[in-house]
Amino acid sequence: MNPFDYRRASGAETAISSIAGSAHGKFLAGGTNLIDLMKNGVERPERLVDINRLPLAKIEPLPNGGLRLGALARNSDTANHPLVRQHYPLLSRAILSGASPQLRNLATNGGNLLQRTRCWYFMDAGSSQCNKRAPGSGCGALEGLNRYHAIFGASDKCIATHPSDMCVALVALDATIRVRGPKGERTIPIADFHRLPGDTPQIDTNLGKDELILSIDLPKSSFANHSHYLKVRDRASYEFALVSVAAAMDIQDRRIRSARIVLGGVAHKPWRCEDAEKMVIGNHVDATFFEDAGEIAIRNARPYQRNAFKVALARRAVTKALSLAGGLA
Amino acid sequence: MATVGVLTGGAYLTKPLRGRGATLVEDAHEAAGGALPLTLKVNGQPHSIEIDPRVTLLDLLRENFGLTGSKKGCDHGQCGACTVLANGRRINSCLSLAVVHEGDEITTIEGLAKNGEIHPAQSAFIEHDGFQCGYCTSGQICSAVALLSEHQRGDASVITADLSVTGPLELTPEEIRERMSGNICRCGAYPGIVAAVQDAHKKNGRTKA
Repeated sequence: MNPFDYRRASGAETAISSIAGSAHGKFLAGGTNLIDLMKNGVERPERLVDINRLPLAKIEPLPNGGLRLGALARNSDTANHPLVRQHYPLLSRAILSGASPQLRNLATNGGNLLQRTRCWYFMDAGSSQCNKRAPGSGCGALEGLNRYHAIFGASDKCIATHPSDMCVALVALDATIRVRGPKGERTIPIADFHRLPGDTPQIDTNLGKDELILSIDLPKSSFANHSHYLKVRDRASYEFALVSVAAAMDIQDRRIRSARIVLGGVAHKPWRCEDAEKMVIGNHVDATFFEDAGEIAIRNARPYQRNAFKVALARRAVTKALSLAGGLA
Repeated sequence: MATVGVLTGGAYLTKPLRGRGATLVEDAHEAAGGALPLTLKVNGQPHSIEIDPRVTLLDLLRENFGLTGSKKGCDHGQCGACTVLANGRRINSCLSLAVVHEGDEITTIEGLAKNGEIHPAQSAFIEHDGFQCGYCTSGQICSAVALLSEHQRGDASVITADLSVTGPLELTPEEIRERMSGNICRCGAYPGIVAAVQDAHKKNGRTKA
């Protein structure tokens, strides 16, 4: 691990100025991803600003009926908070389907948003080509081991996927991310938080270098009774998704008033399927519509040599997740 | 005060980088890369040391305190052999910098016995053959101890059918397998591990009743 300057921040302002004053500084929260990447030499920060003591771990109701999840609330505490379990079971289920209990005890909500891809070529700082880790070096996955890689929204520079389960649910729940930088606070809708790789795969998110995540704000949700997070993976537990689906519907008198269908494990960011949502909205809860939604969801998929199976998997996963959310399965 | 070095790829850096004995002033720390003061409790015993900020909690426990029960399996948070309790919560000590644990109470496998009696989870692992080579066992047992208290307070897992029920749920073998999935056993002693956790859970209930 490279030497670094360690600072323990006691307030948001000092944490931000500490990062702003460093060319290659990183905030340190749970560290489950960052420390791992530092051991591999993928991340080489010259300064770590430890934000674990900042008062950002609360989970509290918002006046508009929503819920504020502190950036430093641990994943395990978030998933098990009574208000999350009751009003946002989709989020609980998504968080609990990721990593292991030990990791979720360390990992924070803010850190989960900033997780980096587990693409083999990104993780191997020793030899591989990777435009995300070393811009301009090429993409090893494009013609290489790309079984886990993207089928949507990739570029010839990068075909990596975003590894988070939590973020897939957050897109379905229309979360906003509250951040603070040297110029003050702003909010970023979750859909605009992560980026597609394009020509700059080294930039994962639209968070500024010296901006600190304060909270994830959830609006009041009408999806609590009809949502499901379906994760398909090589092992039954403790494994990243090949394909995951956050399906959520507001159903009244068997009619679907609104819906969200978001895929994980298939793109550089959680992949929302708005056309598939339009297919089910206004219709009755019916298996036929859910099958059509699966077909529509994969319409623009573009697989690579080893991940063509993901297209059919995504189609069937969308249908199954909607059926489970709608109470048909 | 002892200064703790850094293990990198098996080589032990005994020399601090620079600024040996640098003090950590919160928010205004000027010295870069030096050893930092750290105070924490391990198995009830207070320690004040100086430490390179790159040292993980696992290396601190093993290399400085000689507590070699916690194992370095993968060193990347994938195997769970390094599992310890930090303020009662199970964590992968290999992915956590020691310096982050200022003021924390750490419990390792060496600290589970009370008044000369091993922990019920430990005796259950022995009784049910919850191991073969034993390398993963310290992590498995620390994990199991935390699992029981998580379950006791009503924490759910991803396979819990109804998340809106917040009281303690039935601890089925399937629930145990899911909740222990962060601990890998390459000998494949899983049936014994599940039986041991189930037995410790039952005995736990009897003691509390």
